Amino acid sequence: MPGLFIDVKVAAEAAKDTEIAKKLVEVCAVDIFAQNDDGSLRVVEENLDECVLCDLCIDAAPKGTVEVIKLYES
Amino acid sequence: MSIFITKDTTFIIQGITGREAVNLTRENLDYGAKIIGGVTPGRRGRDVYGVPVYDSVKQIAEAHGTPDGSIVSVPPRFTRDAVFEALENGIKLIVVVTENIPRGQVAQMVELANLRGARIIGPNCLGIISPDEAKMGGMGGPAANTRQAYTKGPVGVMSRSGGMTTEIASTLTAAGLGQSTCVSIGGDAIVGTTYAELMPYFEADSETKAIAIYSEPGGRMEAELAEWVKAHNSRLPIVAFMAGRFMDEMKGMRFGHAGTIVEGKEDTTSEKIERMEAAGISVAERIEEIPDLLRKRMTEAS
Amino acid sequence: MRFYEYESKALFRRHGMPLGEGQIVNSTAEARAAAEAIGGPIVVKSQVLSGGRMKAGAVQFADTPDEAAAKYDFVLPIEVGGETARSVLVEAKSPVAHEYFVSVTWDGRRKLPVLLFSDMGGIDIEEVAETHPEHLSRTHFSTILPLSERIAKEAISSVGVSGGDLNRLVPIVYRLMQVFLQYDLTLAEINPVAKLEDGSFIVLDGHVDMEAEARGDHKKLLAELGIGEDETRQARPPTEFELEGARLNAVDHRGVAGNVVEFDGNLGLIIGAGGGSLTLFDAVRKHGGKPANYCEIGGNPSVGKACNLTKLILGKPGVEKIAVMMNVVSNTRVDIVARGVIKGCLEAGKDPSKVITIFRIPGAWEDEGFKILEKYGVEYCDRSVSMYEAAGRAVAKL
Repeated sequence: MPGLFIDVKVAAEAAKDTEIAKKLVEVCAVDIFAQNDDGSLRVVEENLDECVLCDLCIDAAPKGTVEVIKLYES
Repeated sequence: MSIFITKDTTFIIQGITGREAVNLTRENLDYGAKIIGGVTPGRRGRDVYGVPVYDSVKQIAEAHGTPDGSIVSVPPRFTRDAVFEALENGIKLIVVVTENIPRGQVAQMVELANLRGARIIGPNCLGIISPDEAKMGGMGGPAANTRQAYTKGPVGVMSRSGGMTTEIASTLTAAGLGQSTCVSIGGDAIVGTTYAELMPYFEADSETKAIAIYSEPGGRMEAELAEWVKAHNSRLPIVAFMAGRFMDEMKGMRFGHAGTIVEGKEDTTSEKIERMEAAGISVAERIEEIPDLLRKRMTEAS
Repeated sequence: MRFYEYESKALFRRHGMPLGEGQIVNSTAEARAAAEAIGGPIVVKSQVLSGGRMKAGAVQFADTPDEAAAKYDFVLPIEVGGETARSVLVEAKSPVAHEYFVSVTWDGRRKLPVLLFSDMGGIDIEEVAETHPEHLSRTHFSTILPLSERIAKEAISSVGVSGGDLNRLVPIVYRLMQVFLQYDLTLAEINPVAKLEDGSFIVLDGHVDMEAEARGDHKKLLAELGIGEDETRQARPPTEFELEGARLNAVDHRGVAGNVVEFDGNLGLIIGAGGGSLTLFDAVRKHGGKPANYCEIGGNPSVGKACNLTKLILGKPGVEKIAVMMNVVSNTRVDIVARGVIKGCLEAGKDPSKVITIFRIPGAWEDEGFKILEKYGVEYCDRSVSMYEAAGRAVAKL
């Protein structure tokens, strides 16, 4: 189930990078990111609404590759 | 002036790498606090927002000198030991944030603090704030929110609820009445510092012209305050707000803080209101009545 | 958390305090058998948590096993403070020469435990305090110095008890103090301690309260005494709604969205925090509102927790609308609570703009929270609307 309030978009290139994936899993306090068996990044949809807008994921990934969208602003 | 803390007060945070403590560190630094170190055993050498982390209070004292105070934010079963560590290293002001500590352990902390000539605020509290001077604890949350709710002025605030301290300060601020110092004393049945024990400090503080308190059922703290006010002919007018009036009809049930349970007649709000009014303390029905009542009482007093 | 008499006595027995012969029974046949085994005069005592057992007739005396069985049937249905017997205690009736009172509790003003002792036991101690203060001693003792029999001796002797009685009472009182400290009790009381006609001393009735915060430290004792983990032992047993609230609150460790207490009104309350909830509950009632529940939100709970609490309250029979209100928040975030509550409404199949009467949570992250509320058409207000006014707005919508 997608988030009601928050969506997170990760650029395809970054999502494939296991190092970036690992970092994102580490920094997120509310488990929005997980790694697939091949090490690539997966967004855990049921946790999206727990996002606290800390921007740690945005800082951890290459500039512009992670986007946190507030669905209530659209 | 203010009571307990000023711009120059140095303090440490015990349990600094915990989730709540990290927030506290950030919020207090942003409000201008002089946090000289933090303690988490096994984490020496790290830092939290630039505050160096040590294994023990002793290491901090050796590196930076004995701090004036400490905020203790460690899990309940480690709290007593953390407080003892602070006391035995010569710290004189300890804010205990942790909740759910059995009162037997709180009593032990208080007993040792008395022997060491130190003061404990809490447990289960948000600490102390002297607006525009300093804050020590979680009062008001992030610095921007804190500045919005708390402003400098003549009213001392004492409260058994941390959240309601901010509600009262915010109401006073909106009415143009600032605060000298606000103390969240904690919601437990036994606390380090009661209303009556704070009174001499406010009494001696020339900036404080009146007192607002948040009060609730349970315990004898209001009776103690009423006796103190009568015995010392206090110069400070006091306005109290009493919450939890519905609990008078529900003896033995627990609502809110651990200290609120109504066990006997003396614990009820009606009994407390009666005692406070007999001592000349005005009791407000609603929070928004507090500023006008304070103004009226301050005018009468001057 | 209060213990039944038989549990208190089991605890005392483990610590070597003298008790008469007795047995807990759960049927007429068991009552008869217990009386037979004891032989001689019997006391039949209903096991309830409320005081006033004697006055309600829930303590009876019997001379024969048949009589004891009849008295069992008699006390079983008797209500004491709205409560009926959990079990029945059948005990030997001892020939009493004199009764004493002893109790240990906390003094929140001195912040120390206080030992109360009187040589006028068996009656209401408040009455003794008023009419015969010289027969009641109050002795505070340290929680950091080693516990000593000296304190018991001082307390007992200061009401004038001496000789062999003093020396026989000291170990009983001392052990009560030990039990009080060891198990984080908030009350340990024996009323009365009886001196029997043969000069020996026994505990006739006992009463123990354990601090709820300390339950986790004494799991073994509680299990051995047969006290279940979901027994709250408050003035009334928890309802299914309250137990479900506790379960939902325990799902994750982030913050609190629980401490639910059931009432029978039509306005569901999502309120916080500790002091704020008391203030808001009063305010709703002052405006003539009928709360369906009490609860507390605090410590920045997760969206999921706030969502579950909302669903629980909306699902309670009789709830028409809800009000979401707190004092100015510091560490709890307005936007997180807003998300949780709206999500809860939607998952319960309700329109947030219709079912939420008012959202009054000012403070940290309020701008973000207000954006969410606006998007879903929920009426909200900032700190310029007092808690009392907000409660009034909620009540007016019903």
